[in-house]
Amino acid sequence: MKLHEYQSKQIFSKYGIPIPKGRVAATATAARQIAEELGGRVVVKSQVLVGGRGKAGGIRLAKTPKEAEEVATQILAMEIKGLPVRKVLVDEAANIDHEIYLGITNDRAARRPVMMSSSAGGVEIEEVARTTPEKIIKVHIDPLLGLRDFQARDIALGIDLPREHWKLFGSIASALWKAYMENDATLAEINPLVITKEKQLVALDGKMLVDDSALFRHPDLAEMRDVDEEAAAEIEARKYGLSYIKLDGQIGCMVNGAGLAMTTMDIVKLFGGEPANFLDIGGGAGAEKVAAALRIILSDANVKAILFNIFGGITRCDEVAKGILAALAEVKPKIPMVVRLVGTNAEQGRQLLADAKMITAETLADAAKKAVAAAAGS
Amino acid sequence: MSILVNKNTRLLVQGVTGNEGLFHTQQMLAYSTKVVAGTSPGKGGEWVLEGKVPVFDSVHAAVEATGANASVIFVPARFAPDAMFESADAGIPLIVCITEGIPVQDMMRVREYLDQKKVRLVGPNCPGLLTPGEAKVGIIPGDIAIPGDVGVVSRSGTLTYEVLYALMQQKMGASTCVGIGGDPINGTNFIDCLGMFEDDPHTERVVMIGEIGGTDEEKAAQFIAKIMTKPVAAFIAGQTAPPGKRMGHAGAIIEGGAGTAADKVKALEDAGVHVAKHPEEIPSLLK
Repeated sequence: MKLHEYQSKQIFSKYGIPIPKGRVAATATAARQIAEELGGRVVVKSQVLVGGRGKAGGIRLAKTPKEAEEVATQILAMEIKGLPVRKVLVDEAANIDHEIYLGITNDRAARRPVMMSSSAGGVEIEEVARTTPEKIIKVHIDPLLGLRDFQARDIALGIDLPREHWKLFGSIASALWKAYMENDATLAEINPLVITKEKQLVALDGKMLVDDSALFRHPDLAEMRDVDEEAAAEIEARKYGLSYIKLDGQIGCMVNGAGLAMTTMDIVKLFGGEPANFLDIGGGAGAEKVAAALRIILSDANVKAILFNIFGGITRCDEVAKGILAALAEVKPKIPMVVRLVGTNAEQGRQLLADAKMITAETLADAAKKAVAAAAGS
Repeated sequence: MSILVNKNTRLLVQGVTGNEGLFHTQQMLAYSTKVVAGTSPGKGGEWVLEGKVPVFDSVHAAVEATGANASVIFVPARFAPDAMFESADAGIPLIVCITEGIPVQDMMRVREYLDQKKVRLVGPNCPGLLTPGEAKVGIIPGDIAIPGDVGVVSRSGTLTYEVLYALMQQKMGASTCVGIGGDPINGTNFIDCLGMFEDDPHTERVVMIGEIGGTDEEKAAQFIAKIMTKPVAAFIAGQTAPPGKRMGHAGAIIEGGAGTAADKVKALEDAGVHVAKHPEEIPSLLK
């Protein structure tokens, strides 16, 4: 789950990382009020869950409260990479002397968290990573020991940070580690961490990604989920414990198992079709879940045919068949459907569906070919 | 012959009294797997499945009483890390974790601890192991595979069943099938299994089923080119998966342009591996 900048910075602040004074506003008037309270120059920042906000014009400086209102009006009318801006963060502007990058993420290959830092922080950090990766200092963190003080010093040395800032930098690095660990983050990033002309270190921007699997122990974070930024069908799918991702094709797919669901999409493409979605109904899915899955697939108007591919293991094919029948009675789709049932109780499942006028298939390849043909003909 | 599990494996089931645990214990027993004990804190002293399996409060107690030498875990995600720590602490050398949805930071700590204890972990978020005709440790249906000389290693669940089934249709059997799981941080990886299959005298050919995300398939390709003498066929799921989206498995995601199916297919083909266009093509690539 992605957190907004303002949410990430609030969390950082709780752990003692200095952030600029500021608040979130949903209207231009509110933005003006915040600017008045802060006094002086402010930065108005769009709060959308995509990168590249600055380059898109979604982050602007305002010298007066009146200007803050004007700028907020413009930003709140924007769409950035397809996402409408619903909120802006109004932050006190900093006197930037230098920009540093500091972040922690999971290094999958090393099976450890890695803290990364660069003296060339700011919007061009990805460029730095690509062209001069040696300018990014990386320190792996033992998951049982945590970040040690010497490691933070090694990073400060590595990025040539002037000695006068070491102490503050060390406390920010260790606070970031704590925030990362205690919130089950998969990414915690400060970019830029600025050195101000007043010799202070401040986290001007913040970004956090939280592990969805860990939300059970973070009810406070789970509440921060911004459902405005998600597709309705994906929210509905999560409610039923389904994994659904909408794509642009015409053939709806309902499959049990993530690997098999991806494979079913691939084979549709291999035989000349385009998959409309990824959908894994999971292990042991019963009738209710299957019915919900079918409704979700049919909510996509591009779908011209549906392919059901069920390999019964824990999932019983007769249960899935009952779910399909229940859903058909409810939504009455007018498009062709191809069904392939193999494994546990497949025969019972096929019998249940015998009167449902569905196209049946024996092999995966056969099922995909029939679905492609059906979509082309309807 | 086989790798990791066989008819002598003395299996402990952690979470034996839960719905999933009980159902699959029954299935494993029906396959003649030696399930010697189960654990369920607070239910020690009971027996499950008509007195076939004794229940213990702790793994230590179960190991002491029964000599269990492998454990399979069916407990919910929030308790699974503790279950793995407990088994490792009790000296169990092989842990198979079926549980899905374990937080990734927990898995980093578990893996670190298990490595220090030199414990082998399979999974999590995996279907487990099947040595056809000998032992079933996990949830792979027993009736979709026959004994044979094909070693199978896979990141997926039902996709693996699909491949075992396709092999069986062609009268081809498996030595052992290992589901290594779809999480970003897991235990046993492709290279571990490929190495074991290479050393197993009864495995003549290997099937490897990968998917998008991470670089384990690319590393496996290097290993195959350098070390493997036995032929390998492969399939990679996720050719059509969009970048940045998690395709069901926590580990199946193309991040920063890395981990695409195309990269993996190329690395494998460069290593001399036959890569199938779809899973039902695999048996013909092994002939």
